[in-house]
Amino acid sequence: MPSDDKGTPGARRDPATTLLAGLILGAFVIFGAASPGRMFAGDTWRAMAFQLPELGLLTLAMMIPLVSGGLNLAIIATANLCGLVMAAILTRLIGPASPGLAVAGIVVLAMLAGLGTALLVGLLNGAMVSLMRVHPILVTLGTMILVNGISVAASHGGVISGFPPAILFLGNGTVLGVPVSLLFFGLFAGAVGLLLARTPLGVGVRLVGSNEPATRFSGVDTSRVLIMVYLASGVLSWVAALVMIGRFNSARAGYADSYLLITILAAVLGGVDPFGGFGRVRNVVLSLLLLQVISTGFNLLGLSPRLTEAIWGATMVGALLIARIRLVRAERRERHALP
Amino acid sequence: MRERLATLGRRHEGRLALLVLVCAGFFAAAAPGFRSPGNLMNLLESHAVLGILAAGLLVVLIAGGIDISCAAIAAVSQYVVALCLIRWGGNWGLALLLAVGFGSALGVVNAVLVHTLRAPPVIVTIATMTFYSSMLLFCTGGATLDELPDWFTLKLSILTVPLPVLIAGAALGMTAFMLHRLSLGRQIFALGGNPEAARRMGCNIAGLQCFVYGFSGAMAGLAGLVQAYRVEEAAPGAMAGRELDVLAAVVLGGASLTGGRGTVSGTVLGIVLLAMLRNGLTLMGVSSYAFGWVTGVVLLLSMAAASASQWRLRNGGRHAL
Repeated sequence: MPSDDKGTPGARRDPATTLLAGLILGAFVIFGAASPGRMFAGDTWRAMAFQLPELGLLTLAMMIPLVSGGLNLAIIATANLCGLVMAAILTRLIGPASPGLAVAGIVVLAMLAGLGTALLVGLLNGAMVSLMRVHPILVTLGTMILVNGISVAASHGGVISGFPPAILFLGNGTVLGVPVSLLFFGLFAGAVGLLLARTPLGVGVRLVGSNEPATRFSGVDTSRVLIMVYLASGVLSWVAALVMIGRFNSARAGYADSYLLITILAAVLGGVDPFGGFGRVRNVVLSLLLLQVISTGFNLLGLSPRLTEAIWGATMVGALLIARIRLVRAERRERHALP
Repeated sequence: MRERLATLGRRHEGRLALLVLVCAGFFAAAAPGFRSPGNLMNLLESHAVLGILAAGLLVVLIAGGIDISCAAIAAVSQYVVALCLIRWGGNWGLALLLAVGFGSALGVVNAVLVHTLRAPPVIVTIATMTFYSSMLLFCTGGATLDELPDWFTLKLSILTVPLPVLIAGAALGMTAFMLHRLSLGRQIFALGGNPEAARRMGCNIAGLQCFVYGFSGAMAGLAGLVQAYRVEEAAPGAMAGRELDVLAAVVLGGASLTGGRGTVSGTVLGIVLLAMLRNGLTLMGVSSYAFGWVTGVVLLLSMAAASASQWRLRNGGRHAL
């Protein structure tokens, strides 16, 4: 890969950040001109703020395995299973006559059970990836089918709905006008950013993504790093599940299935190296913003969400093309620099 | 003889075949009606589309790539071919030609992108999948075409073998011949095993990539056509999400994502195993909701077994040294 300084903290100029910020600005100008008045209306911004966190949290869950040179196809299956576990506990144990304190206890219990489920799936993924040395795409494809199967078998494909206000608040509530889900996303984006850029584990994740055998031979316990990667991915799926069940007031196997491959697009568009090793949360957040602006702008123009997805796909190919051109140019420059 | 049996037992296909036999024996004894020829034919017929898609994906995997867009290509070419047949009429020859031609054209687009962008095929084909399938839904507005010509929907069979099974058999047979008998097949294995070595041996890498992804696209086009024939309609969302089922079947059959490995016989056994599990469990009266997690467990166990034998192979090699 190019020897540029993506992923190292403190790098001053990051062309990807500039490019993404420029694209977002451009999208704002185009859509602002196309539907004047509405693109910058408060309602539009509120809608964007509520739509972004779900895909955002799932993209963070995809991003960490991507940086470690893998992929986690099971994130949405994990989120749905967590959602179902939490929903089952919430609806079974809380009756109309439950006192407030009991409800609070049950909500905490449900959240812990959901977290436990996510950690279990993450442990399975991490253990299989690190022990079997099978490609993560295949391992997580297997766990995705398994976890989805468990969800479907346990719920018979049905919907569980009707949650206490505390859960609904996570999906629909606001604090000082900012959606709680957006605060969650900001919090976890910051945490993942710190984890990847500033902690020994984060360095380990990036090193494993660059060259796993070399990292192992230099004394890093790569199995531990990989297990932590998939545990973290599971925890982020659980947070996404919390936001999802709060927003829909229901849980079901198969919610948000179409987001699975979109999260990979969002992460790679945000400069995460699909071969692993490099990736910055800042750019991923910008790429999510870009996708959201495109989607909202198209929506305001009355165009189908299908067209939006097609444009996302095309944007992705465009981003890969730009990265390729830049790499070729850098190589040519290096060759010329040689005597 | 005993030696050959022993090597067979060590190979993935051999163990898979044993598992298929055990499963078949179990379901024949435990599931009423499993043994009837009608049911077995039904089982094959309902998995013919998966088999055709798997033939294409297997070739891409052996070449060290992956094609997530195969189901989307199948949906697009199914719709385009159905549209052409409804508007201008035609016959089976023309339908096959159109499906294969259109599918392979979309596949070659993947190859060009993968080759020129030097990006991982999984990312490129996810992007094209998103593009193809959402453009299809956008352009058609989700409308289903169900006025297919009568000659097309007429159920054909030779010696009680229905047409989808015949086409799937032909597609898989052709793939096996190409992979294991032609020099082209050797080059595809070489490309997957070590692209740089293949290039220095004189393989035309760009050409091979075009062929491999074009082949996958052609198989996808064929699968779309067979799907339309089976359900007598062309629906834009018909194949959505099938790409991961296909990948699961091919991986169960022993292909690896690192390229250079995989056989048609393994793929066929993988599909037969999945088909038997679904059919047998249903006939035994097990809730159809159980199929998902059973598939997941079988897939994970198969990967664990393959990885364990790889590990033994490596360690065995070390001992021999």
